[in-house]
Amino acid sequence: MTHQVLPLTLARAKLSKLNTDQQAFLLFIVILLVFLGLWELGVTLKLFLPIMPSASQTIADFWFWISNPFFDNGPNDQGVGLLLLTSLRRVLGGFLIGSAIAIPLGILIGLSPVVSRAVDPFIQILRPVSPLAWLPLGLALMRDSEKTALFVIAITSIWPTLINTKFGVSNVDSAYLNVARTLGASRWRTITKVILPAAAPNIVSGLRISLGIAWLVIVAAEILLSGGIGYFVWNEWNNLKITSIITAILIVGLVGLLMDRLFGLLQHWVSFGQKS
Amino acid sequence: MHSSNSKLMLPSPETTAHLSLHNVSKVFPGRTSLVDRGLGRASKAFLAIANIDLEVLPNTFVSIIGPSGCGKSTLLSIIAGLSQPTTGQLSINGRAISAPGPDRGVVFQNYALMPWMTVAENIRFAVETVYPAMGIPEQQSIVQNYIGLVGLRGAEAKHPHELSGGMKQRVGIARALAINPQILLMDEPFGALDALTRGFLQDEIERIWEQERKTVILITHSIEEALLLSDQIVMMTRGPAARIAQVLDVPFPRPRRREELDQYPGYHGLKAAMEQHLSHETRTVEESRIQ
Repeated sequence: MTHQVLPLTLARAKLSKLNTDQQAFLLFIVILLVFLGLWELGVTLKLFLPIMPSASQTIADFWFWISNPFFDNGPNDQGVGLLLLTSLRRVLGGFLIGSAIAIPLGILIGLSPVVSRAVDPFIQILRPVSPLAWLPLGLALMRDSEKTALFVIAITSIWPTLINTKFGVSNVDSAYLNVARTLGASRWRTITKVILPAAAPNIVSGLRISLGIAWLVIVAAEILLSGGIGYFVWNEWNNLKITSIITAILIVGLVGLLMDRLFGLLQHWVSFGQKS
Repeated sequence: MHSSNSKLMLPSPETTAHLSLHNVSKVFPGRTSLVDRGLGRASKAFLAIANIDLEVLPNTFVSIIGPSGCGKSTLLSIIAGLSQPTTGQLSINGRAISAPGPDRGVVFQNYALMPWMTVAENIRFAVETVYPAMGIPEQQSIVQNYIGLVGLRGAEAKHPHELSGGMKQRVGIARALAINPQILLMDEPFGALDALTRGFLQDEIERIWEQERKTVILITHSIEEALLLSDQIVMMTRGPAARIAQVLDVPFPRPRRREELDQYPGYHGLKAAMEQHLSHETRTVEESRIQ
């Protein structure tokens, strides 16, 4: 008898008991619906300022932008796909330039305590500066909004990568270094085969933070320059189209999330079970 | 240089060595500067080991045993060249040594495998570093030989995080042996393993030693481990200023078998002598800590 009862109880337990992921997803849906419902209700009852669009208008407008991303009716009327491509091109370009400076420099100061101490004051003073403070300097030096965007993003991308690379390189587990020493490995071989792979998880996590901040900064930079998703936000504010601004916010968030996840995969790929 | 298959069978005289330590001491300098005193972190200089004289004959298996913190690992890291002695000289076959080198293979307690390299790549890294001029097929055949020797066939492409502790240490042993060192140094190689795996790996070491007959220095806490594996057991006193109290010869015939070990004449006498020494030293250490 127990043999028949057991599967039945198990089946019932499975139906009635969702796992944590499923519970969380349900709760997520509930929170979303409650939020949208209150928003819609508030607008219908005229609780907000008249400029505030309703949730349903916003969703409809969101769908309009999403379903037709690549139209181009001149520089002030482009689909979000094109706008995103402009912003992504700037972010990736600046990020590559910044990383190309930050990784080698981070390796150098991680390997040499003297260089590290010598360079440290520069890093400490420049790191806390808002990247936007560099923007007028960029405009003055480059006289070109495209190059200035790259310049600002490159400077933004330097610091987290630089500091993480330095940390990773200077904190390689001494056990690995001892192995290389007992084998009589050359300095170069120790750096390329031991120190850099050991520091890779730290370097990638620095790149991940850099890219995240670069994506934050591009919106602000583009409001001040022109083109891209940041300029779109500002332009739609001038057109008083709040639905477009909300759409842009969501899209910027989704793209940022996607890029972060890609770097998360890369980080996992270089970690080999190490903590990072 | 490195003859791959034959050397697994026969001890070759040029691959083993006579190690001698003369008057070796190690002082760890304390923090005595004004800054350190001001910060309340001043410490006195610490004499870890004092006036160690030791002759290790070719093709012998020597264990070093002593109470915790007596400087056994310090001594081994000096022999490995990872740490400099404050006084004294070391030599291998009469040639002074002061830096690490591939004439000494080291097996580390924490395995020290590169996590980003597979089993085969970890061993290959060592072979490639020590014999950069060797052809790739020959390097690969050495790697394969030693993977076979430690019984890891089939796990070549695994990364260390996929291995158990015992398997990791097999890789560590294979890596140390694959460079064909004159002396094999093992720093509590089984310290982090559970008792069953430990016993199993000790039997493996005995089996491998029968094939390779390298000069081996093994740091250990375990009396049984020392008796099973060694030709000579060096007993150290407690630190600070640890020195060699006594060197015991272990005349049991080889190959030895763990289950028959206590039937060899002299086993119980040796074991009792070691237990007495270690428990006396340990008790004194504990008592001095209470005061």
